[in-house]
Amino acid sequence: MSDLKFVPGQAVNVRHAMRVGAFRVAEYRLRNMAKWWDAIIAFGIGNPVLYLVSVGIGIGALVDHSTGGHGIGGVSYLQFVAPALLASAAMQGMSDEVTFPVLEGFTWSKYFFAIGGTVISPKQIVNGIYLAAFVRGIWTVLTYGLILLAFQAIPMVSFFPLILSSLLAGCGWTAVMMAVSAHIKDDDGFFAIIGRFVIAPMFLFSGTFYPLSQMPIYLQWIGWISPLWHSTDVGRVLTIGQPTQPWLMVVHFAYFVAMFIGGFAFTYPVFARRLAE
Amino acid sequence: MIVAKGLSKVYGEFRAVDGIDFEVHRGESFGILGPNGAGKSTTMKMIAAVSKRTDGELTILGKDPNLKGPEIRAHLGVVPQKDLLDRELKAWENLYIYGRYFGLSKKFLKPKVEEMLAFAQLEEKRNSKVEEMSGGMQRRLAIARGLINEPEILLLDEPTTGLDPQARHVLWDRLFRLKENGVTTVITTHYMDEAEQLCDRLVVMDKGKIMAEGTPAGLIKDYSSKEVLEVRFGTDRNEATAPQLATIAERIEVLPDRILVYVEDGDAALEKIHALGLRPVTSLVRRSSLEDVFLRLTGRSLVD
Amino acid sequence: MITSIATSMAVRIAEKRAGKFGSGVYSGRAGQLVERNFLAFKSSNWLVVISGFVEPVFYLLAFGLGIGKLIGGVTDGSGHTVSYAQYIVPALLATSAMNGAIYDSTWNVFFKMHFGKIYQAMLATSLGSLDVALGEIGWALLRGLTYSIGFMLVVAPMGLIPSWWGLLAIPGATLIAFGFASVGMGMTSFMKNFHQMDWINFFMLPMFLFSGTFYPISVFPEWIQWIIRALPLNQAVELIRGLTLGNLNLAMAGHALYFVVMIAAGLFFTTKRLTALFMS
Repeated sequence: MSDLKFVPGQAVNVRHAMRVGAFRVAEYRLRNMAKWWDAIIAFGIGNPVLYLVSVGIGIGALVDHSTGGHGIGGVSYLQFVAPALLASAAMQGMSDEVTFPVLEGFTWSKYFFAIGGTVISPKQIVNGIYLAAFVRGIWTVLTYGLILLAFQAIPMVSFFPLILSSLLAGCGWTAVMMAVSAHIKDDDGFFAIIGRFVIAPMFLFSGTFYPLSQMPIYLQWIGWISPLWHSTDVGRVLTIGQPTQPWLMVVHFAYFVAMFIGGFAFTYPVFARRLAE
Repeated sequence: MIVAKGLSKVYGEFRAVDGIDFEVHRGESFGILGPNGAGKSTTMKMIAAVSKRTDGELTILGKDPNLKGPEIRAHLGVVPQKDLLDRELKAWENLYIYGRYFGLSKKFLKPKVEEMLAFAQLEEKRNSKVEEMSGGMQRRLAIARGLINEPEILLLDEPTTGLDPQARHVLWDRLFRLKENGVTTVITTHYMDEAEQLCDRLVVMDKGKIMAEGTPAGLIKDYSSKEVLEVRFGTDRNEATAPQLATIAERIEVLPDRILVYVEDGDAALEKIHALGLRPVTSLVRRSSLEDVFLRLTGRSLVD
Repeated sequence: MITSIATSMAVRIAEKRAGKFGSGVYSGRAGQLVERNFLAFKSSNWLVVISGFVEPVFYLLAFGLGIGKLIGGVTDGSGHTVSYAQYIVPALLATSAMNGAIYDSTWNVFFKMHFGKIYQAMLATSLGSLDVALGEIGWALLRGLTYSIGFMLVVAPMGLIPSWWGLLAIPGATLIAFGFASVGMGMTSFMKNFHQMDWINFFMLPMFLFSGTFYPISVFPEWIQWIIRALPLNQAVELIRGLTLGNLNLAMAGHALYFVVMIAAGLFFTTKRLTALFMS
């Protein structure tokens, strides 16, 4: 048996608490992620190694052989695919840290409602969740980038610009996925549908495994709206010197920024509304 | 601490809370009693400064929750109806992380978490995940969590719903200690025994309105008699017997399975019934409770 | 009335089986479980159902059309050159049979065991643990069969199934799904949390990438080839590929036997485990 002795209302410094709210939500998410550290590390390293070995040695051998050793545009198939794999990993890794947590918070355990009862505002919950996903994104692009270097799939000089542009694509896509998840009332096959109707086609039809121009014109539009293609295109300019136009580069980055802003603009009001229900 | 005037919450056409007035004073334990759907939880969410009112006035700790939500919530402790614990985290982590949301430092929280685990009698479950704990333990953890920021007001929404009798008594004991320590509490409940145990003062709500207000004893005195005689004549004969019983009592209520006879002296009333030549199948004399108050006010039972 | 008929039937079935071998775990009523799943399925989201079918089609479009142009032809096991699309179609069929079976027998079963607590309720009736295992797996197979037929209806008119033996790919895919579902359900019964479930995906991905799905395993050194040959997906791909390309050989009997063993072992462990979990 123990009794509590405290003077009610003395412990909390309100101004400080309101200032650090988003960071405290991120802290919670990171602590939660840390419970899965072995899976996160295994996937972070295992996934790129497996893809690179499989694509580089396997499909790469077939492609390089049938193109007479020239690969695509004069580079090996592995070098051609590398920027796409990196961007795809950044997008997937980051967005996983918003989709599941948002469904968990609103629908499964409803834990967001507990956070919403504290000093923290709905906006700060959004920012905190996103911040933690961003940390995961940095880890993903760094490990993936280093492994690409080890496989000699990208040149050293392009390392930083490439991981940065992939991170930007991941940021834009993650904001959009956060908005989508915030709108989901119950998960009735949500992840299966998103995975198979959005993520799989995006992965397959974004000029990932061969130039977009080789696809029939009626499928090329998937690439144009796909953040993965935009990111891959930037990446190929950086790594294999693919020719480009200045305006196209502007479009690519504008697209990431637009997804980022749009994603947040559609997330904030939903969080505010659902938390007040 | 809390002042509400004409407080209303409307969802579309539905008036969940319909112009209620009440005040909660410092150090008091204030109850909102009513059946499911009476508007208790909606009122609670407005007091918790998460749901905005549609109409009327509400000040909590002297501030308007529509404008100063975070500042008010900084000094509230909330124990939601569905505990809303993080199931991936251990017991102590749930407390710790929640404290972090209030901007509290690690240095402050380290001893605080242990103190709260002791208060909730969960020291042995310190490193257990939430799903490994019983319902009563989870509820105690939720209460400990609500106290981690040393709040001025603790809000408890249906604190013992879904718990077995023994777990309820453990919880009541903990809440009673809090009251002794001067924490202001607001409790919603649909159990009248709980309201009688825990509340200094309470309001009875039904259909979004406040039907009555007072201390548990005062309400019983105002709206019921001292004792109640419950008699059963069998389902088909209750109705027919009622007019005769009405002659010997201040008031009677005919329920489907029994008749409640409101009198000052139950045993004397039972003798009068026998004298009338009536033979009830069973009979029971008890003291009036808040259940009777509610029945009087609304014509319905609290728990159906 | 209806209840009394149902009860007397249940008693009759139970009595009939009482003396027979295995009556403790099997009551001959696995169909009940399939029926329950069908009822649940009717109210589920149709987009999810369709999505299981489009996935292999997407892969075929992307790899068959796209990379196919880069690669041209591939030499199959018996020295003929086939188009790249013809080469990967059987692999996609085998992979989607595997994916569907694994999904149904791992994630679905995991949810039912830990959240729905459906099995406890079922095993409290006259159903035995083998009924539950067979019922779940039977359901997974029905779905898998539907997907296989759908996929064949898309690819056959495109000329991607050059041999009539290819018709046998449908029962072949079902056999493969049976194997994966039995083993998958057995493994799931040992899983305690989502965390462990995640590792299933961890082993599925390399299997998908390396099992001769998108390129011949001959690109690897000899010792790696032997490891790959031991993996169930490579067994599956070789079996289906032999059928759709019409290259029948004795090794295919070995592949089929591989899955029969998987089925037997999977069912044995699943039944044992469910009995230990819920009926002891």
